[in-house]
Amino acid sequence: MTYFAGIDIGSLTTEVVILKGNDRMVSSAIDLTGTDCNEAVEQALGQALSRAGISRSQLSFIVATGYGRITIPFVDKKITEISCHGVGAHHLFPDSGTVIDIGGQDSKVIRIDKQGKVLDFTMNDKCAAGTGRFLEVMAGAFRLSLEDFGALSLKSKREIPISSVCTVFAESEVISLIAQNQAKEDIIRGLHRAVVNRIWSMVQIVGVHGAVTMTGGVAKNLGVVALLEEKLGGKIHIHSEPQIVGALGAALLAKRLFI
Amino acid sequence: MSLAQKARYNFMKDLGAPALLWLQEAQRKKRSRKPNPYLGPPLKCAGRLREIMTRHYYLSRFTKGAKPVAWVTSGAPVELLRVFDFYTIYPENHGALCGAQKKGPEICSEAEKKGYHPDLCSYARIDLGHAFSGKTPAGRLPRPDLLFCANNICQTVLYWYKELSYYWDIPLIIFDTPYNFQDIRKKDIEYMVRQFEEMIPELERISGRKYSHDRFRKIISIARESASTWGRVLATMKHRPAPMSIFDAFVHLAPIVSLRGLPVALDYYRILLDELEERIAKGIGAVTNERKRLMWDNIAVWFNLRDWSSLFAERGFNFVAATYTNAWAETIHYLDERFPFESMARAYSLVILNNNLSNRLKLMEQMIRDYEIDGLVILSLRSCKPYSVGQYDIRRLLGDRLGIRSVVIESDMTDFRTYSEEQTRTRLEAFFEALEV
Ligand code: SF4
Repeated sequence: MTYFAGIDIGSLTTEVVILKGNDRMVSSAIDLTGTDCNEAVEQALGQALSRAGISRSQLSFIVATGYGRITIPFVDKKITEISCHGVGAHHLFPDSGTVIDIGGQDSKVIRIDKQGKVLDFTMNDKCAAGTGRFLEVMAGAFRLSLEDFGALSLKSKREIPISSVCTVFAESEVISLIAQNQAKEDIIRGLHRAVVNRIWSMVQIVGVHGAVTMTGGVAKNLGVVALLEEKLGGKIHIHSEPQIVGALGAALLAKRLFI
Repeated sequence: MSLAQKARYNFMKDLGAPALLWLQEAQRKKRSRKPNPYLGPPLKCAGRLREIMTRHYYLSRFTKGAKPVAWVTSGAPVELLRVFDFYTIYPENHGALCGAQKKGPEICSEAEKKGYHPDLCSYARIDLGHAFSGKTPAGRLPRPDLLFCANNICQTVLYWYKELSYYWDIPLIIFDTPYNFQDIRKKDIEYMVRQFEEMIPELERISGRKYSHDRFRKIISIARESASTWGRVLATMKHRPAPMSIFDAFVHLAPIVSLRGLPVALDYYRILLDELEERIAKGIGAVTNERKRLMWDNIAVWFNLRDWSSLFAERGFNFVAATYTNAWAETIHYLDERFPFESMARAYSLVILNNNLSNRLKLMEQMIRDYEIDGLVILSLRSCKPYSVGQYDIRRLLGDRLGIRSVVIESDMTDFRTYSEEQTRTRLEAFFEALEV
């Protein structure tokens, strides 16, 4: 039996997916990237291998992706997360035409063709507005976990607009709103709106083509998803583990490249 | 102008400058780099180019009292100044030089300290920063007797040159070029010609030299010839493999920008053209294995030229066209010594940044066809708003009409504090992946 691995080294987490020759996912693992990419990869890969019950030598081809791909020495090929998310999203939801991937420090909107190949894409610039980092900093300001933060946004009855998308300015805006005793969920909803507006302008650059799939850790945030669906006027495909889509795409590409 | 100062200038021109150049070349040879296997042999002309530009900056230090000095914007009709023998300094070219030497952030922050905003064009910040601090990798720049500015490239230059004029209390001449919304109008040409007529007595007064129409016509014809020769230099890249790359062209652009109208620029481009034709005859390419041909939109990223040229070359990608390098071939050949003023008005007001977006779109479509372009790299520059605005629309329209693949990257041409290496690399690599298969 042949096995393939995809490793996605993001700024926040590292994911590994192991795939069988018949494209079936046999295991996956997620670990915090921390300050040492190599160590995170060893951890996550070790875990995924033991879950799959196979040894490293049984892997026929390994593809690395994500911002840390460059630092991993032993892989067979390095491919950008843009191509990998395209392939992964296509595999999970074959009708995907537009993929929104919001990770820790990057957000991207990718347009793919019927085979999952990238036709066009856009990415956020150097600034953190519209990324997972923005939400993380804001959740921190409320001392909330990211999940609670997203869920709370759904409870708002009277959204408070946040005028700044800059992480630094928005944070001070939020602090002053908290000091004014505004309801938490209303401020939080405003923050989600700011992120979604930013993402939406990227979506418009690439355009909505076919079904929309969302990947990356932020896809787990109910607040963001609800507002994005509202903009889109329809449902968004989300896998139960949206973070691993990049690693899955990498593993699928590993198989293609091996053959 | 004193005799002694003139004698000093001539002495430096004939003896000082050659001695300096000889020294510099000797040092260069000592620290020569390993050849890059993905790049073809370097252009032989490069040495001559270095010599011309070093000499130009070096001699500028001895102009005081010998020649009148003008600081000029890149799109200004410098031909008129040449009649009065102005020694011209191009702050934008100097900005590029600072960028290439990775001095952008340091000199920009000299302007920021005085309150200039980091969103202001980095050429302006470098120039003002230099004016306040004297910092420059070029040794020293001469204080100008005149500032000469044309707003055909942007409005930023207007305010920037006004600042200089205010700080140093020196005259500023502005050439105002109406924006070209559709086709150029007769009354716009008249308006511009009248400005030239008004400039002449001012230029006579500042330079202490008389206007000569014959001389002007000669200069116009040299400038036109230089621009057409530059155009032919660029057109050599239509060949497969292209004998040079746009990264070379960014560097070899310096004479047409800052020495336009002088015989030295024309002579230089003739030598360069000969060399390129020879390379074509021998099948020598700028990239060893040219597989895909790309086009560049916007100014060069000066601090990164070398890294990027190998990043692309490694994959067999060569840039063979750019709207930026093309700008000096596109309209200057309209110059006509039979109607020097009218033709000059036309040539300078139709430059890409003073012309409407449909013109730009048409131009790019044509270039994509002529140069058989596989992909387009669009650089969005926070510094240069007039160049960067509309790029997303152009990109979409070119994609729809020609099916051309493109990528947008973000940077500044000199201030690398706004540049994110990792993100840009990812964008470019994803673009490469999409171009393959
Ligand atoms: S704004 Fe653009 S055109 Fe104007 S000086 Fe700066 S780089 Fe040149």
